[in-house]
Amino acid sequence: MSNVWLITKRELVGYFTTPIAYVFIVIFLFLNGVFTFYLGGFFERGQADLVTFFSFHPWLYLALIPALTMRLWAEERRSGTIELLLTLPISMLQAVLGKFFATWAFTALALALTFPMWLTVNYLGDPDNGVILAGYIGSLLMAGAYIAIGACISATTKNQVIAFVIAAVVCLMFLLSGFPLVLDFFDGWAPELVVAAISGMSFLSHFDDISKGIIELRDVVYFVSLIVFWLFANAVLIELKKAD
Amino acid sequence: MTTLVEISRLSKRFAYITAVDDISFQVDKGEVLGFLGPNGAGKSTTMKMITGFLAPDAGTVRVGGRDIAEEPVEVKKRLGYLPEGAPLYPDMTPAGFLGFVGAVRGLRGDSLRRRVADTVKKVNLQSVLEQPIGTLSKGYKRRVGIAQAIMHDPEVLILDEPTDGLDPNQKHEVRSLIRNMAEDKAIVLSTHILEEVDAVCTRVIIVAEGKIVADGSPTELEARSNLHNAVTLVVRDRDPAQVKQELVKLNRVAAVECVARNGLVHCTVRPENSDSIVAAVSGKARENAWAVEELHVHRGRLDDVFRAVTTAESKRS
Ligand SMILES: Nc1ncnc2c1ncn2[C@@H]1O[C@H](COP(=O)(O)OP(=O)(O)OP(=O)(O)O)[C@@H](O)[C@H]1O
Ligand SMILES: [Mg+2]
Repeated sequence: MSNVWLITKRELVGYFTTPIAYVFIVIFLFLNGVFTFYLGGFFERGQADLVTFFSFHPWLYLALIPALTMRLWAEERRSGTIELLLTLPISMLQAVLGKFFATWAFTALALALTFPMWLTVNYLGDPDNGVILAGYIGSLLMAGAYIAIGACISATTKNQVIAFVIAAVVCLMFLLSGFPLVLDFFDGWAPELVVAAISGMSFLSHFDDISKGIIELRDVVYFVSLIVFWLFANAVLIELKKAD
Repeated sequence: MTTLVEISRLSKRFAYITAVDDISFQVDKGEVLGFLGPNGAGKSTTMKMITGFLAPDAGTVRVGGRDIAEEPVEVKKRLGYLPEGAPLYPDMTPAGFLGFVGAVRGLRGDSLRRRVADTVKKVNLQSVLEQPIGTLSKGYKRRVGIAQAIMHDPEVLILDEPTDGLDPNQKHEVRSLIRNMAEDKAIVLSTHILEEVDAVCTRVIIVAEGKIVADGSPTELEARSNLHNAVTLVVRDRDPAQVKQELVKLNRVAAVECVARNGLVHCTVRPENSDSIVAAVSGKARENAWAVEELHVHRGRLDDVFRAVTTAESKRS
């Protein structure tokens, strides 16, 4: 366990020794503000809640999280440091988890820095803080799924740009899979069960439930199993591709 | 004698070539094994398999009696490894990096700080401890790489071209560092600098196209050179042809070359079967009353042997 922490710490410090951390946090907070207050019509709605704030998160993560995950493995493979990392006395699982937790913790920090939003609604009205807490938990869980996908994709290439683009596309598919556009594509020729499965894979439907304040087991299980699956694939891919 | 590294029938294929082809050898405690071979011979690939980075297609690696395929983490604890080209995290400082590696190696608190300080002193990194590694010169990067490999005082050290890019002083320092550590370790190092082999290695393995083509102590290998026990004779004020004529008459002499240079005649006399002929040559000189300026016996040169065994291999295939 301490090895996971050591790797997490190294990666986290890595975010802050480069401009990535600051750029990410500033843009994340800025876009959150813009989306919530202008696009989301926060004041016009006259509701003391953070529904609009959370509803933009899937889209924000789509653009921003692949930028955090793209270097996780691609950079190690390009520079050869992967040889250093994987010949240290750590297991593959520890390496994969260490990197995942670093990005997740960093995202959690960025999310925590949106607290003025929470202060604002509490100042303006009398929101249900339980619902808001659920929203934060759901958002963080969903971020974990994005990160696991991004980390896994980063393991397949030495090129960070490719890692970014493919991760964004895969995340987009998970995001859109509940939309008619995607379902229509499968409808007609794919078995009904598959279509149902695809629509059940969507981030949006699961996140919507949680952000309304209902933390249901199946939504939590959904995100956690997505994370587990993609991290497992991550470990397998590194094992296969590390020599290339 | 404890055998610390046992490699048996190791093979690795890549898409187009067999990089390592059925290699077996052992390294004992106290040995410094020089791993030589032309570019692309499979040295780095072999080292990557010994350190558990690459899984072999066939064969086993045992370190300290443990199979790396079965107990990778245990084996890696006992290994120190400098990968080819000394890859490092450019954003970290040497201090931060060595702290990280030491912590992963299980060192904590005071003992970690002490060990980092000791290692830093050994490889002369004091002046750059807080400078990002990415901005260090090549030689300093190499030293950081060596530092991370030796900091936990491992039983087995695998160093892929450890002195590449170092200045002559640092080369000397690193070689004495390796010699000083050798006693209670098994060390494998690859190099293209043959003088390094004489300076630090107790044993040499030459590989070519994935196979071992020579294995022995540096002296044994030098003895295989066709210059082994050849004699160089330099005499003053004589006619080269005449000197040569005299020397060829000697028993057990295979070839004589004589050239005149600055009024001196330089002769190289090669014996048959590496026999010792120096006494006969000096007798001849006395007999003819040559003014001898220089007379010495060759041990043989490793690079001759290297060229002979590695080019023979590629001709065969
Ligand atoms: N990941 C890889 N994919 C395909 N081929 C590879 C890979 N790694 C090494 N090779 C090939 O394996 C062969 C052996 O390479 P290796 O790096 O072990 O040689 P080396 O003896 O270390 O050479 P050098 O002295 O140049 O460092 C080379 O032909 C190389 O091209
Ligand atoms: Mg090499």
